Amino acid sequence: MKRKLYEIAHSRAGDKGNTLIVSVIPYQEEDYRLLCEKVTVEAVKQHLQGIVSGEIVRYELPNISALQFVCSQALLGGVTTSLGMDTHGKSLSYALLELEV
Amino acid sequence: MLRIGSGAGFAGDRLEPAVLLAEQGKLDYLVLECLAERTIALAQRRKLENPALGYDALLEKRMELLLPILKKNRVRLVTNMGAANPVAAAEKIIEIARRQGLSIKVAAVTGDDVLEKLHPEQRTLESNEPLSSYGPLISANAYIGAAALLPALETGADIIVAGRVADPSLFLAPMMHHYGWSWEEKDKLAQGTVIGHLLECAGQITGGYFADPGKKEVAGLAELGFPFADIDHDGTAVISKIEGTGGVIHLGTVKEQLLYEVTNPYAYLTPDISADFSTVSLRELSPNRVKVSGGVGKEQPATLKVSVGYHAGFIGEGEISYGGCHALGRAQLAGEIIRERLAQRSFSEIRIDYIGCNSVHRTSFSHEGEPYEVRLRAAAKAASHEAAQQVGEEVEALYTNGPAGGGGARKYVHEVIGIVSVLMERGQVHTQVTIREC
Repeated sequence: MKRKLYEIAHSRAGDKGNTLIVSVIPYQEEDYRLLCEKVTVEAVKQHLQGIVSGEIVRYELPNISALQFVCSQALLGGVTTSLGMDTHGKSLSYALLELEV
Repeated sequence: MLRIGSGAGFAGDRLEPAVLLAEQGKLDYLVLECLAERTIALAQRRKLENPALGYDALLEKRMELLLPILKKNRVRLVTNMGAANPVAAAEKIIEIARRQGLSIKVAAVTGDDVLEKLHPEQRTLESNEPLSSYGPLISANAYIGAAALLPALETGADIIVAGRVADPSLFLAPMMHHYGWSWEEKDKLAQGTVIGHLLECAGQITGGYFADPGKKEVAGLAELGFPFADIDHDGTAVISKIEGTGGVIHLGTVKEQLLYEVTNPYAYLTPDISADFSTVSLRELSPNRVKVSGGVGKEQPATLKVSVGYHAGFIGEGEISYGGCHALGRAQLAGEIIRERLAQRSFSEIRIDYIGCNSVHRTSFSHEGEPYEVRLRAAAKAASHEAAQQVGEEVEALYTNGPAGGGGARKYVHEVIGIVSVLMERGQVHTQVTIREC
């Protein structure tokens, strides 16, 4: 059965220029492998299409059971020059948690 | 054991948690991180208008509260509140100390301002376009590191006030000074950088920016306690907070903060070190106490990053609300009208958001029913303040020219300062320490 990533993981997003940086951290460490399998670059790219137009890099951090996604061209130009509402993209952590896994 | 507290995570942070840390935290050092990329460009402009200004706008308020406590408890302060003008900041701190009858020594660290050293043909990291294509530059500040702070710490100053210092370096420098770590001890520098990175956003590791009721509970956010770290001679540290304060520290809060704004956790670059976060181990010792160890250091980056601020025109905005039946339909009609009106006036980039539907994520992931109320927001960029004003004026004009039942129109214009980055050879950046005392 599919469920939202929100059910099993938490996340924090931040920015560097026009790049969105967003973590995915399972509540239960044993879900880390599942997330590695399901929350792929391809899945995130498809989920965030229309938000992220550049490359997405995924870093695996087994030591702390977490994933980090670094998404370029994601913030309409970045914090000071963007016309968007959330120019930092900080709220996008919850956009990623909408992903169904 | 060395204890460093974090009393501010950004320029506008709350004042009381730092006071509480200085008062009850048994700290050796208190660090206040108050400088963002855009903040320093704004500070440079204040300095241009008045050479005695250009330091953090809340400096006086924070110092008024903290100086007597820092002095009484012998806590040394390290901060980047000098912003564009650390020497003026030091003089202001002395003025406050005199008024309070305190004897104090302040060390100002300068040299991060490299505007004069930039070459117009230098290409930015963001676009690979030359700086000259960005129009008039406002500021250029190199991220300096622990090497710039160490001589200031060695003067014995009570307060070290700098400008554009890399955030984790504000914490690493006192560790290096206290334990005498050398530049060759890369793993210690990396581990110190990990701790600095964890502490730099203050409340973001003690439960701030974490809560989600029913899912991620955090008690006492109105009285959130800020963190401190007890750091051992090898850089291993325990992150904690003052008992009885609000918030929580556990693996969840620490992991979120560890990865926050880290573009490559295998190579986190600061002026001091390239730190590998993938080797970090976290362990919960007891409630609100998490042990952090295992950060590994690679080489020191050869270049320093420079943040360059430039004039990027103006953004004009207008908002109006629609409520009740068919609110979204009426708001969308309003959006179409605005788009058509602004397009006639050759605004290059126009954005229409329907707040309550799609404004934050630029889309919606849920497909539930129509919202009861929608706020229309229009925004566009313009070269002049006057042109930007037209955006809000057009939205306001919807009162008598747009769809039915619009209310609460507001209009705003703000000047835009763009930020781009370039790299600079270390050798080109020379830092100095200036002492002021009373």
